[in-house]
Amino acid sequence: MKALGGIVKGLVFAIIGFIVGGGIGFLLMNAAPTGRGTFEPVIALGYVFALIGWLLGVGLWDAWAREWVGLPAKKLEVHGWRRYFRFSTDHKVIGVQYLATFLFLFLFAGLLAMLMRLELMAPGETIMGPNTYNTVMSLHGVIMIAVAVAAIIGGLGNFALPILIGARDVAFPRVNALSFWVLPPVVILLLLTPLFGGFDTGWTGYPPLSVTNATGTLFFLLAFITFGISSILGGLNFITTVVTLRAPGMTWGRLPIFVWGVLSAAMISLTATQVVAAGLIMIVLDRVTGTSFFNAAQGGNALLYEHVFWFYSHPAVYIVILPAFGAILEIVAHFSRKPLFAYKWVVGSFLGIVAQGFLVWAHHLYTSGMSDWLHIPFMATTEVISIPTGIVFLSALGTLWLGKLWLKPPMLFSLGFIFNFLIGGVTGIFNADVPTDIHLQDTYFITAHFHYTLMGGMIFGLMAGVYYWFPKFTGRKYNETLAKIHFWWMFVMFNVTFIPMFWLGIHGMNRRIADYSPELGGVNMFVSIAAFVLGAGFLVFAFNLVYSWVRGPAAEANPWRARTLEWQTLSPPPEENFHAPPVVSDDPYGYGIPGSIHAVIGPAAGAPRQESEVKR
Amino acid sequence: MATATRTHPVHSRLFLNRLGLWLFIASEVFLFGALLSARYYLQGFYRPAELNQLLGLAISVVLVLSSLTAYRAEIAVAHGDQRRFRRNILATIFLGVVFLAGVVVEWREGFHFFPPSTGYGTIFFTLTGAHAFHVLTGLIALTIVYFLGRRGRFTTGSYWGAEGVVKYWHFVDVAWVLIYPTLYLVR
Repeated sequence: MKALGGIVKGLVFAIIGFIVGGGIGFLLMNAAPTGRGTFEPVIALGYVFALIGWLLGVGLWDAWAREWVGLPAKKLEVHGWRRYFRFSTDHKVIGVQYLATFLFLFLFAGLLAMLMRLELMAPGETIMGPNTYNTVMSLHGVIMIAVAVAAIIGGLGNFALPILIGARDVAFPRVNALSFWVLPPVVILLLLTPLFGGFDTGWTGYPPLSVTNATGTLFFLLAFITFGISSILGGLNFITTVVTLRAPGMTWGRLPIFVWGVLSAAMISLTATQVVAAGLIMIVLDRVTGTSFFNAAQGGNALLYEHVFWFYSHPAVYIVILPAFGAILEIVAHFSRKPLFAYKWVVGSFLGIVAQGFLVWAHHLYTSGMSDWLHIPFMATTEVISIPTGIVFLSALGTLWLGKLWLKPPMLFSLGFIFNFLIGGVTGIFNADVPTDIHLQDTYFITAHFHYTLMGGMIFGLMAGVYYWFPKFTGRKYNETLAKIHFWWMFVMFNVTFIPMFWLGIHGMNRRIADYSPELGGVNMFVSIAAFVLGAGFLVFAFNLVYSWVRGPAAEANPWRARTLEWQTLSPPPEENFHAPPVVSDDPYGYGIPGSIHAVIGPAAGAPRQESEVKR
Repeated sequence: MATATRTHPVHSRLFLNRLGLWLFIASEVFLFGALLSARYYLQGFYRPAELNQLLGLAISVVLVLSSLTAYRAEIAVAHGDQRRFRRNILATIFLGVVFLAGVVVEWREGFHFFPPSTGYGTIFFTLTGAHAFHVLTGLIALTIVYFLGRRGRFTTGSYWGAEGVVKYWHFVDVAWVLIYPTLYLVR
């Protein structure tokens, strides 16, 4: 009970907030009836106040807002497992909170995928009707997108990034805690959608359907906006942290590549997220207050939403993949025992992807009816972005080349990433090209393509990162045999599941629809069975993780004999990360270079020779 | 601040706070950018003849003046003049409230001539509403700053709370300087 005190207080405050906000909404609704005559104003306004109440109750008031009224903030001293349930400002605790939340959501949304494959096993209705299928599909989509956007950057990034740059914590620890604690309302809202008529728009929420359908969609919209707040605050925090809190000697050219990946993604989530929030708010306004952004009869235009939405949601795939690139390159360098190939080119490519990511969004709109003259420019910008992506890819290959590969589980997942992402990238070209895309859009070819980049890419990167940093997070070793079984199981079954989907798409199977032509039944049966086997593999992963965290043998400080800073401190790191301030003197990946030491911790720990070379 | 004791050899806490605020403002630029683009995308340069030009100009002048008083407040606290600091914060709050009252009048007229369900009304009420919400948050923050100032929370060398809120207020003002012509002047 003591552990859950903050959460209980948050829930009570949220209920009070909902009553207050809902009451105001009810009064406004009766004073000026402009909406669709539903209770959505009550829900929308009630939710806003409930969110504020939840945050104040869960810890914002105690840890921060008391200062705004002149009271001293309370310091929350909670230790042991209880701190994972409290408003902790320690970036390591927040990282574990993020990671646990999103791994749970990942497994949950994976179960939803199993339900979808059960329905798609045979043509016609198998276990659920089309409406239920739409809700299951939409929930699977939006939860997995949230996992993709936040699991690496929020989980691995929060935990590892400050230690990698030799900082004690992030720049704004309380903002960091805030960016995690807005997430439980997101989860609750999404889980409530089936009770309010479900939402059948898919995660893209295109109007006019999303303006006119059941109230479940309003829950989805509010959840998405709230998730955006978390992304923006997280991005702001990471950028400030990397700019200001690098240890002495940690120059921009010595920054570990994972830090660059997170930093680049943070730039996108800081800015682009506001644009999608604007689009979602427009839908909420159309639903709740009766404006006509997307009502063509009053001069609205649904295409506006598609532009605004993809202006964020295409860069969002770089929020997803850049931290994964960073994690993979990090691991490839450490496990090939070689310096990272073409480091500066990779950094330039990351920043190039950030900049160019803003110029490609309309390739999602080739068949939307937008002006024809926009097709060719967006096709060109989209294809050009494969150049920086290719440089990242070549850097991984160049690092592997003639390396002494150490095939531990993190390395296996990294190699799996490289293989899968190649297929994902090459099939992407057909979606970027207008002529082929017009044929392929809205088919399972697209589904297969983005699962190759998101699951085969980002999730493989996440797994690589989890297996890489697990000893550091928990101070315990996992079972390597089980981890290798998990890898081969997942790698083989992932490809067996998704390769046939390309074929299905080319043969005209539509995305997002519960049924298909009967002649595609055999391949769908095959895909479904493969998907079940793929899904079952995650039981190995979940068991290994939970069991090792509780019962695993103690891990040493540096099990991978890696050079970067996080491995030079204890496992798990002490609350202040380092016992003495670290001083960086060389490249993080200088394997095999005589006399090269990346960093020393404190004057006592290191050789005096390095220390004298560092400008204080 | 409880965490302000965390020192770093290179950058001061103040630098961190300033950078954080500027990044937040950069982020907000994208929100207003999207809303402003929506106006031109949906309505082009159309504006109804019923717009109350005098009111629009008046509240714009009021808001710009409030930025001046906010600036004077910041300068005053930097020089240790607590009385002038509080007086100017109060003046800023007063002007902000006058601005909001102007928006209320604007909305009442707007409901009559171009309700939110019409094309221009959609844009008008969304832009002014989003901006008024920011003014409201700014006013709450200014009120907090005023009362903290009365408790002597801000001194010559340490007045980040006041500085941050004033900077935010300037941003809200600049946003209006772009919204005002977009709604009232373009044709």
